[in-house]
Amino acid sequence: MTRYSRRTLLKAGAAFAGVSAIGSPAILRAQAARIKIGHLVPLTGFLGAIGSYAQLGVKMAAEEINASGGIMGKQIDLMSEDSVNPATASTKAQRMIEQDGAVLLFGEISSASSLTIMQVAERNKKVFFSTGARSDALRGKDCNRYSFHCDIPNTVMVNAVGTALKQKGMVKGKKFVTLTADYIFGHDLLKAAKAFFSANDATLIGDELIATDVTDFSPYLLKVRQAKPDVVCCNLAGNQVTNLVKQYAEFGFPYPLVGFNLNTGDAWAMGEGNLSGTWPTVWYHTLDNPASKAFVEAFSKKYGKPPENHAWIEYITLKMIAQAITETKSTESDALIAYFEKQTQFDIMKGRKGYFRSWDHQLVQEAYPFTVKPKGEMKDKWDMLVLGNAVPAAGAELETIYPTKTQNPCNMKA
Amino acid sequence: MQFGFLLEQVVNGLVLGGYYLLIALGLSLIFSVGGIVNLAHGAFYALGAYVSVEITKYLGFGSAIVLSPIAVALLGILFERFILRRFYDADPILSLLVTFGLAMVTEQAIRIIWGAPPISAAIPQAFRGSVFLGDFLFSRYRLLILAVVAAVLLGVWLLLHKTSFGRVVRAGIQRPDMVAALGIRLQPYMTAIVMLGVGMAALGGAFFAPITIVHPAMGAEIITVAFVVVVIGGLGSFWGVVLAAMLVGVVRGITIHFAPAAGEASIYVLMFLVLMMRPRGLLGERIEKFE
Repeated sequence: MTRYSRRTLLKAGAAFAGVSAIGSPAILRAQAARIKIGHLVPLTGFLGAIGSYAQLGVKMAAEEINASGGIMGKQIDLMSEDSVNPATASTKAQRMIEQDGAVLLFGEISSASSLTIMQVAERNKKVFFSTGARSDALRGKDCNRYSFHCDIPNTVMVNAVGTALKQKGMVKGKKFVTLTADYIFGHDLLKAAKAFFSANDATLIGDELIATDVTDFSPYLLKVRQAKPDVVCCNLAGNQVTNLVKQYAEFGFPYPLVGFNLNTGDAWAMGEGNLSGTWPTVWYHTLDNPASKAFVEAFSKKYGKPPENHAWIEYITLKMIAQAITETKSTESDALIAYFEKQTQFDIMKGRKGYFRSWDHQLVQEAYPFTVKPKGEMKDKWDMLVLGNAVPAAGAELETIYPTKTQNPCNMKA
Repeated sequence: MQFGFLLEQVVNGLVLGGYYLLIALGLSLIFSVGGIVNLAHGAFYALGAYVSVEITKYLGFGSAIVLSPIAVALLGILFERFILRRFYDADPILSLLVTFGLAMVTEQAIRIIWGAPPISAAIPQAFRGSVFLGDFLFSRYRLLILAVVAAVLLGVWLLLHKTSFGRVVRAGIQRPDMVAALGIRLQPYMTAIVMLGVGMAALGGAFFAPITIVHPAMGAEIITVAFVVVVIGGLGSFWGVVLAAMLVGVVRGITIHFAPAAGEASIYVLMFLVLMMRPRGLLGERIEKFE
């Protein structure tokens, strides 16, 4: 017997003893006829508005799955809570796994909170689907084997909008000022934006990092005017975007405002006539395909308003999780990871199917640029966006807009 | 060149300060008269915003700005009559708890009535855009806010200093027992002051709804700044609050101009510095109710 295997044996023995001593209640719970799943999204703070849509989406998915007999005959026990901030998010994630017996976790919009939950997932060897976080770093240098990423990363958003802007002649030789959210997501997005500007012959003449709790942007807007850019670029998040766009319209600057990040929930909160420019989105409720339309109809009927992109992403993620558990007949992390790493294709209510890339666990899917409908053409207050053509264009490989292996420093430990 | 932009930031800061003033002055008045630290003040601000958006839909922005503060001020009467009145002579901790509870109940009520996602509001077309004075820039809408704040400020000052109502209120602040001995019931005056304070908070909400996000937690956001202003100015001091509000607005604007990262922290640093030098705030004289 080699020394190595003896140590492994000892470890296994200790682990077994530990589990039988303190962990037995958890095992008993796990054998109950319910599958416990932990869900965290921010319901307070600057991402709370879109988080509330996310929670509606996940509730609907769980109810549908349970109504149709659950997963392998077991009902889903969904624990959905407010993640609040990165520290609380990781504490709650830990508690959901340790005390509440969650077999896996999903959710989150804040990249900062998502990062802390990813660390909890890795430590506890439980799968975590990060649904709404967009920082490149999460699927790049911070990636780990237990974490999957459903939303499009920052680089894709920059590519989706950038392509549309280039077609309008708004990039080459132009002077940009960026306003950026001051946390991991914003820093990451600014990095992607800078790479895009320098690759496309545009200059960045000013960048402002803005704390997430800022609600009055007027001092920043005065600085923007001082810089006199050709284009103003918004790299903010959540409530910040809504506030900026409203106040940008208030001051009425002549410089066009575009942005590399927007959630439709934030756009709906802006009020008539405030938003203009070109922005990216991952999904929109007017997408023309049968699955999407059926979902939108069911959601609107249930909640009296159309689903926002975070409602959609929580909904499809729980459906994918349910499918994975059903087909693998297991809630074990290894089995689930193997299932997704086969690059199984999923119908995610878009023109093309999506799949999780095996080496960085990114859900590869279409993205869309959009512009704003002129006043008077809107059917209702939710009907304010005109989707552009899907990116990448039909016929091109989906992966062409995602960072390549050389660009994305993801190195998962086995 | 640099000076011009700096002046722009100063003026913009003054306008923002004027807006903080609407909320902080009411807070300060209610404290002075009743000795109540009203943690529900932010909730009335949020209600003002929501009600004004609702009214705008049917009667337009102009009516909303007038009717929303009145509607919320009427709620303020109920607030004073059924809740605050019980706590004037009680331990301040009790009124802190009860108004904090009320703030949470109101936020939840807003969530139930209007939903958790923010609702949208827009500036009327006439007030969009900037006004230029040479190279000097102003937001047209904020000019409107400034004008209204100045009018309200003047009105409140006149009310407190030039009317018999004001004389009783000020006497009530200084010597409640003496006023009572003269046979004047302070109760109706307190109702009026609470109504006034709550109405001003609602006016602030109504004015900011078109340029900031209208969501259930907006009251909790504003209350912190309002307290900072009141503490810097000195509890219970009219001009202290005015001075502090302007100072907070200007300091924030200038900090963002030169050191953006410190922008939000600047007002807390300012509070710290002021309290180090004047523990009772810039113009605060006494904190009798707590002593």
